[in-house]
Parts: sequence; C-alpha cells; structure tokens
Amino acid sequence: MAKEQGIGAAVKRKEDLRFITGSGRYTDDLNQPGQLYAAFLRSPYARADILDIRSEEAEALEGVVAVLTGVQMAEDGLGDLPCGWQVKQKDGSDMVSAPHPPLAVQAVNYVGEPYGIVVADSIATALQAAELVTTEFRELDPIVDLVLATDSERIHADVARNLAYDWELGDAEATDAAMQRAAHVTRIEITNNRLIPNAMEPRAALGIYEAATEEHTLYTTSQNPHLERLVLSAFVQIAPEHKLRVIAPDVGGGFGSKIFIYAEETAVLWAARRVGRPVKWTASRSEAFLADAHGRDHLTTVELGLDAQNNFVALRVSTRANLGAYLSTFGSSVPTYLYGTLMAGQYRTPNIHVEVSGVYTNTSPVDAYRGAGRPEATYVVERVVETAARELGVDPADLRRKNMIPPDAFPYETPVALVYDTGNYEASLDKALALADYVAIAERKAEAAGRGKRRGIGLACYIEACGLAPSKLAIALGAGVGLYESGEIRVNPTGNVTVFTGSHSHGQGHETTFAQVVADRLGVEFDAVEVVHGDTGRVEFGLGTYGSRSIAVGGSALCRAADKIIAKGSRIAAHMLEAELEDIDFADGQFQVRDSNRSLSLGEVAFASYVPADYPEDLEPGLSEKAFYDPENFTYPAGTHIAEVEVDVDTGVVELVSFIAVDDFGHVINPMIVEGQVHGGVVQGVGQALLEHGIYDDQGQLQTGSYMDYCMPRADDVPDLVVDATVTPCPHNPLGVKGCGEAGAIGAPAAVINAVVDALGTNDISMPATPEKVWRALQG
Amino acid sequence: MSEAVLVSTTVNGDVVEFACPTDEVLLDSLRDRVGLTGVKEGCGTGDCGACSITLDGQLVCSCLVLGVEADGRDITTVEGLTEDGELHPLQQKFIDHAALQCGVCTPGFLVAAKALLDRNPNPTETEIRYALAGNLCRCTGYDKIVRAVQASAKELNKARR
Repeated sequence: MAKEQGIGAAVKRKEDLRFITGSGRYTDDLNQPGQLYAAFLRSPYARADILDIRSEEAEALEGVVAVLTGVQMAEDGLGDLPCGWQVKQKDGSDMVSAPHPPLAVQAVNYVGEPYGIVVADSIATALQAAELVTTEFRELDPIVDLVLATDSERIHADVARNLAYDWELGDAEATDAAMQRAAHVTRIEITNNRLIPNAMEPRAALGIYEAATEEHTLYTTSQNPHLERLVLSAFVQIAPEHKLRVIAPDVGGGFGSKIFIYAEETAVLWAARRVGRPVKWTASRSEAFLADAHGRDHLTTVELGLDAQNNFVALRVSTRANLGAYLSTFGSSVPTYLYGTLMAGQYRTPNIHVEVSGVYTNTSPVDAYRGAGRPEATYVVERVVETAARELGVDPADLRRKNMIPPDAFPYETPVALVYDTGNYEASLDKALALADYVAIAERKAEAAGRGKRRGIGLACYIEACGLAPSKLAIALGAGVGLYESGEIRVNPTGNVTVFTGSHSHGQGHETTFAQVVADRLGVEFDAVEVVHGDTGRVEFGLGTYGSRSIAVGGSALCRAADKIIAKGSRIAAHMLEAELEDIDFADGQFQVRDSNRSLSLGEVAFASYVPADYPEDLEPGLSEKAFYDPENFTYPAGTHIAEVEVDVDTGVVELVSFIAVDDFGHVINPMIVEGQVHGGVVQGVGQALLEHGIYDDQGQLQTGSYMDYCMPRADDVPDLVVDATVTPCPHNPLGVKGCGEAGAIGAPAAVINAVVDALGTNDISMPATPEKVWRALQG
Repeated sequence: MSEAVLVSTTVNGDVVEFACPTDEVLLDSLRDRVGLTGVKEGCGTGDCGACSITLDGQLVCSCLVLGVEADGRDITTVEGLTEDGELHPLQQKFIDHAALQCGVCTPGFLVAAKALLDRNPNPTETEIRYALAGNLCRCTGYDKIVRAVQASAKELNKARR
C-alpha cells in the first residue's frame, strides 16, 4: 500500500517528466501527413457591413488550396455558435441572444472577428494569400463605450438598446427599506478592468476528415472536449456526435479562455472536410489578444448600509457588464449567476439586491476568466466594506469580523440564492492576521515613511461557489447542460489501473491528483494508476474543467466508481474465499474475510474476473466500473488574503511587499499542487490589480494587443507568497474537498487595491493601479 | 516562398543539416525541420521567452533569430539539458518543487535558468527574479520556479566542491 502517495501527500507530478524534457505533445506539436495550414480573414473594423469579398488573386497564388467564407459555411448548413446559458430577465422574458455565425457573413462586429479562412500548403502562403483577399466593407460607427452603448444604434437588429438582459437577484423592496433605515451608507463606484487571459499556449486546432468513414477528428486546445463535441454536433451540426472525435492533448493553460466553442476551431474542421486534407491552425499571440474571449469589464455602483452598531443591514449593487459583440458560450452566466449570487460574501448581510445589465459592444466577446464573476463580486463586497471601515474610522479587520457568518450558522442560506454548506471564516482571518503581523503595521508604516515610502495593508475575505454544479439547479437557472462529471476505473487483468475522467487537465496536475485518489481508494501503488483525459474517443463523457470543479465533481465521480469496483470485487472475493459477502472487508487493496487470515488482493480478484473459472454464477466477467457524479450543492472555498504594499511617492510605483493567502479548501489531496494553484491565481489577481488592462480606443481598436502594451506579471513583479490553510471539510462530497483553482485570482485584486488605498489614503484609485494613476492620486 | 539555403549547425551536440528558407525563424526551423518541439512560440516577438535557446552559449529567443543565422553555430535546447539519460539538476528540481503546471513556458525557463547559473552560480533571489523576468509564466506565479532554481544552484555548487 502506498499511503505516502495517497490522499494528502505532496506527490511529485506524473506529467512533469515529459514537460521538462520538451516532450509534451500539445496541439501545435502534432502533424498529419499531407496537412495544410489555415489563416483567417479577420475584420480590421469594430463594426462594418461586408459588401464584397474578392479572392481570385489569393486563390491564384501557388500553394493556395481554398479561400472559404461565411457564405459557403452557411451554404453547407453549419449553424451558429450558441450561448449555453439562458438568463431570464427581470420581467421574466428570455435574454436577447444575437445570432453568432462562426464566420461572419453580412457584418463584422469586433476587430479580429473572422469572416473567412484561407487554406494553403504552408503558413507563410496562407498568410500571404489572406493579405491578397480584397474585402469591401462599409464602415459603421462602432459602439465601444459601455455606458453609452444602451443609448446608441443597435449592433444587432434584434437587440434593442444593445441590451442582452436586465437581470436581478434578491429582494429590491426589502433592501431599499433597510437601506433607508441604515445609520450609515457607504457608496462607491467601481470599475472592474477588462482582462485578456493569455494562456501561454495560444489556441490551436488540427482538423482531420476521413471521407471513407465520414469520421471527423479535431485536435484542439480545449478545457472540455466533450462539450466541444456536443456543441459542434448538436448546434453547429458539423457532424453527428458518433462521427466526431475531439481530442485535447497536452493543453498549455486555459484559465477559462479554452472552455468556449470558438469560430476558428469550428472552421478548421469544416475546412478539412471541404478540402479533403488535414488542416492546421495555431493562433499567433496577436490573434489570441484579439479573438480569445476576454474577462471582467464591469462598471458597478455599490451601497452598503450599516446600523449604529456597524452591523451590515443592506447591500445594493447595480452593475453594467460588457458582454462584447456576441454572447460567448457561457458569457451570459458570468456576470449573473456566478456574480450576483456571491454578494453576501462572508457576511450575514440580511438584505441584498443586485441588478445587472448585460450589454453588447463592438469588442471581443467577454466570458469566464479565472474566477469568472466571483473575483468581480469579491471586489465589490471587499472594496465597499473596506471603504465603510475607513469612513467609520473602525479597523477594517474588526468590521469584517463583526459581520462574519459564525461557524455555528451553517448551513447558511444567503439572501442571494445560495446555501453555504460549511465554513469558519474567522479562523482564516485570525490565521492571516497573525501571519501578516497585522498588529505591528503602524511600526512598519512609520519605518517606510522614514525611507520616503508609503506603506499600506489590505484585506480581502472572499468566498466562492465552486464545484459547478448541481445539474437540476443549474438547468433551472438557465444552463443548457447538466454539470455532473463522469469517471471510469478499469482494473486491468494484471492488476494495474486505468482511470478515465471527463475532467480535463491543462496544468492542474490531474494525472497526479486523480491517481492519488484512486490509489488511495483502491489501495494500489500510485505508479500503477494511469489517468486518461481529454479524448472523446477514449473517455465516455465529461463536462471538462472550469469553475474549480475537477476534484469536487470529477474526483467524486472516481470515488463512486471505486466504490463500485470494491462492491463487485467483494462479490468475487466472497465466492473465491467461500465466505458470505457481508463478511468481506476491503482495506489497503485486500479483500479479507473478517476475523480470518483469508484474503485476496485486488489484483488477484481482477485476474479472476477476466479469467472467470472460480467465479460467481450470476456475475458478469471483468472489473471495470463507471459513475456519473452530480453534486448536491456547490462547494464554498473561502479565506482571507492580505497584501502589503509600499508606494514610491516620487514615481507612483507600487511594490507588493508581501502577500498572505489563508484558504479553506476543505481536505487537500496534494498540498504541493494546491499551493501552486494558489500562487498562480494570486499572481493573476495581482496582475489585474497592478498591471493588466485590455483597452479599446473609441474606434474599437484594441490598444493592448501585444506584450509590449498588455503588462503581464513577471518574476520580478511579485514577492515570495505565503500560503496557509484552515480546513472545514465539504460535508456533501466523498472527499470533503472544495476546489482551489480560482481562489488566488478571487481574493488578490481586492486585497492589493485595499492595500494601495491604505497607503494612499484615498479611495479614488482604479485597477490597474499603474504608476501613473498612483502618482496622479498622490498629487491630490 | 523565399529561396532555401543549406544550414549546417550543431544542435545539442549533434551536427544537423537542413534546407532553410531565408525568411524562416530559427524557432520554426527547430520545430519543423529538426523536429525539436520543446521550443514553443508564446508570442513570436521576443517578449515571453518560451522559445529560449542558447546560441554559442548566449541566451536568445529563437523567434528573433533567422534559421540561416544558425549556420556554423552551436545550439542548446531543452532537449539537450539531459545528459546520458540523466536529468539536469534544474530539471530534477523543477519536478521536486512542482515548478511547472501546463509546461509550455517550462523549456524556456529551464534554458534561461541554466544560462543564469552558468554565468552566476550563486544568484540571490532578486538576481534570479530579474534573470527570469524575460520569461512569462501564466500558471505558477513564479514562486516555485524561483525555489527550484535556488535549490539547483545549491546542488550544482555542492557537486563542484
């Protein structure tokens, strides 16, 4: 038995040997005999009608095989890219979803929108040919400003006021009344800056079509290949599901941006069928900036009402969310059900109302990016709480502590539709404050002042809803799919184990973590377990990886499958050991007759199941089981993050001096991997707070389309990160786990900005707190 | 298609010859002609370091070097860090510290970190962070990468003594 490599052990990652030797197999590393290369025709304008596309010159170029446009795609009967989450508006009507053809046909609505695909025998030729295509556009005034958009011309003919939806959650009347009675109301306006995800591997696709069998294969950079197959089959109707295989091999990071069903991957597969040869496309970084779904981009007004004893009595939130030019796959759900539902934060605020306008603009579609709605919610709650503390002259930590949901209040039903299952928020707060040496901050500020620096400290007490999602609830709220996960365990005849999961790993280390879970449950060696994921041809079904769901939902499915293996194995063992089934115990990989020395290993039972000589009459041979796990609730990771900064008053440069994250993820399978997830999330959050901003000019041209303009966090931008934990196990899944993938990105922005605010003594600072903004704030 | 030139170069100790179009960057030559896909294109503009190699011992972005410029030069890529099947201490420490997640930036980090330790066997943490600031990683937050490089420096120095 390999307990030292089981649940809770910092096992080294199985996947790393291939990555550190350069032998990972990412989509762009794969090639097919006779393959061609694609380049896309993309709109140079934010809003224009397509009048004419002339491709004769491009087609005449040696090496060009085809120039295909949205017109031909429509002629081939391909459908639109759907939005997978139907949001109901305040008045009960459905949101207004504009048609989104994979390749634009009549009009383009954001810079970089694809309207054609060029296929040639080399990348260089494809790019050259794309330049030779002459497209006549009629330029229209772009709708770029999020505030003005609802009073501007319609981007889509069927969408009045460019409003996809006007949504609300919570009791407006009760919240207004409570706000009226409040002794103090803190009101702030917040901008949540647009982010561009920037996984280091750009999106890529390799489409293959076998005419003789009508089999379509798409290798692609996806976080959820089964969902991609489902959408391409059921909605885009590129091929029936049983003739379509989607494979997401090694995938180089996603952070949400590879969840979605995009135009390019769709067009590549379609083009491969049209030309009868494999077609490959890999996005340039410029294309990634322009055409990957972006994140965040909210404008919010928030008011927090407090009574005379500083209890929170009401929270009122009004948000305008930029959805971009089209509703991306999950774009509608992010600023609504993944955002409004988190407005209680860690607090027992009794009255909450949130309203969100989802607005179309002539910009790249906006969808889930690490945290997806929850960083935005945390930023709203934690910025207004911080501001209230400053206005009231009370310690920000004390105000938070006073209003926290106490540990004995769980399960706790919030006024915004969630039931928090468990937690101990004060425990994380206390631990973080101790690690930060919070009580001594005045001394550190004084010491920094002596060096001409302004020091500040900031807290964020965050909560997230993860483990997406209970299917019935999600579908009732508008989701187009269930959000269970599948898992399958095959004990091979020789006793080693192949595990199949519908989750997808693109950096998270599932091949290790899931192997630990199965090794632990079945009592086999860690090295005897292999995890297969990311291939619809090998894994039965799956919903993929996002929303910190993989261990809580996918891991739970594997636990259920392991239970079935043990149950069947017990029947086989009882027969072979001539014992009653009730007398068989399973532990540490052994089926044992209770109170005896008679036992069989899992391997022996597996062998017997495939060579069924001495075998129960009524039992099928083989030892392979699958399970679908549908969670009964979300999980609720929570914690306290504390940032400390020093501001250079001459330059406005903010130095992040320390960052402390104390998180409650429930039980942890691999602490080394979890720590890495927190590190990465925190630095993405620090990037949002201090560095990153996706900016369009008033003509809808992306001003931040390269790493020279879009400032990514680098190794010298961040300090050592302190990561610690508290544990309240999730009560409703078999592993007691909650999920850890997004916490860092959720807590960090508010913590960092609260620290900057503390250092500057002004509220008037928006993300990213660049040296220029900070310097201007310092000038008063 | 531009004209092709015969390029003869040493890659990870092996002499390699390939016909290289004059406008092709070395990154593409290594991936498509030599078959070494450890080098990755993260940006194509020299900003992310995922395509880092050493050229005559000098750390460069292979996306900013033409393939034909490699003629007569000596190239090391991530595939060349392993010697006789033995992992380089940096590779081992990257595994030990889980200093990678998705793995796309990792080959570049390893090559850049080796270049650092070759010229400065005892870097401070600040020196490590500055030396690796040309390499973007979106997954790890850099913390474990810095730890792994520190641990490698220690081990390499121990071996030297």
